[in-house]
Amino acid sequence: MIEGEPLIRWDWIASHLDEFAFRLGEHVELTVIAVGVGFVIAFALSLLILRVPRAEGPITWITGTLYTIPSLALFALLIPYTGLTILTAEIGLVSYTLLILIRNIVRGIRGVPADVREAAVGMGYAPREILWRIEVPLAAAIIIAGVRLATISTIGLVTVSSLIGQGGFGFLILEGMQRSFFTTEMIAGAMLSVALAIVADALLVLLQRRLTPWTRTA
Amino acid sequence: MSLLGDVARWFTDPAHYQGTDAVQTRIFEHLAVSGLALLVGLLIALPVGLYLGHTGRFAFVAVNVANIGRAIPSLAAIALAIPVAATLLGVQNGLGFWPTFFALIPLAIPPILTNAYVAVRGVDRDVIEAAHGMGLGEAGILRRIELPLALPLILAGIRTAAVNVIATATLGALVAFGGLGRYIVDGLALQEYDRLFAGAVLVALLAIAVEVGFSTFERAAVSPGIRVHQGAL
Repeated sequence: MIEGEPLIRWDWIASHLDEFAFRLGEHVELTVIAVGVGFVIAFALSLLILRVPRAEGPITWITGTLYTIPSLALFALLIPYTGLTILTAEIGLVSYTLLILIRNIVRGIRGVPADVREAAVGMGYAPREILWRIEVPLAAAIIIAGVRLATISTIGLVTVSSLIGQGGFGFLILEGMQRSFFTTEMIAGAMLSVALAIVADALLVLLQRRLTPWTRTA
Repeated sequence: MSLLGDVARWFTDPAHYQGTDAVQTRIFEHLAVSGLALLVGLLIALPVGLYLGHTGRFAFVAVNVANIGRAIPSLAAIALAIPVAATLLGVQNGLGFWPTFFALIPLAIPPILTNAYVAVRGVDRDVIEAAHGMGLGEAGILRRIELPLALPLILAGIRTAAVNVIATATLGALVAFGGLGRYIVDGLALQEYDRLFAGAVLVALLAIAVEVGFSTFERAAVSPGIRVHQGAL
């Protein structure tokens, strides 16, 4: 810590709003790519699990192990191969979304009542139509709950990717630490990251209410 | 030269098992700070979670603690612990063990508190009424009915906390603490990929070992009759 400095220097905050905006863009980009790519992979693996239940064990085991590996270690394992790039950060970030997303997608679709599915078959829906027009909409609330968890944890993990040259608001935290622990910058980075997580979560709640109006009273 | 060959040579080099930077010393440091933080987190979170679950009051506290805990980035926790440690213990303690320790405690609390709350709250009301009818007091119900039935979820919460703490202790190297993160941070700074990779392997193995160890303990500790209640948060 710098002797004699206040915990937060508001003049420094006021003169760095442009940088905050730039880091916000980085943070959002890293998060959206990670959750987006993670969702596509998780959705495909979930469909595989629903069709081939035997695949559930190995897939849960692999994604669970990935989830257990600390983020800095996972980034470090990739660096010799993919360097200090956004690719390294995204491989790590995507890996962490899979366990949560797959769990919720599978649980959501399995939770669709068998009666509803039978009625759809009786009405002549093809399997593909049942998936997209019956199962996914009915599972949407649980699926989005998974997306919320994945998004919040990704926003936190993005800060760690500052150590490999990425990081969004994490860059501010790290730079503050390197500037002999300049608390203003560290606190700004931390608070902005938490604020982004809260805002993103609120937006996803709104999206969920929009997509599944029938759950509003529940 | 292949990276994996370099890493294998790093692990077999006797120099890496001597002095302050020895592998066993780093593992000990990592486990010591993690274990102490987990213990303190447990002493805070478990009584609070059990109390909230038993009384059913302040549900919003239990739920929000978990959400806030999830939103705090681990890097931010480490960074913000520096002024905390320096203020509480003086500037000379603002780096190293103390900020790492202080950063890990709040990360251990949310999963333990929330799981304890959810688990105790989830105990069948009929069972509790029956216990009341049999003359058990509040303390007896908590100790002899709720606690055993809630045990699987409580232990799962402790496991989640332990893995989080082990993972974040890696970042202690950024505030001049030791632990296995030292190899990763130094390997990055010096661009020594064998050290970086070896450190990452050690951290990953330690986290997986802790996860597997706690899972095994859970299976041994939980009565077979209530194993069906399993599920983690």
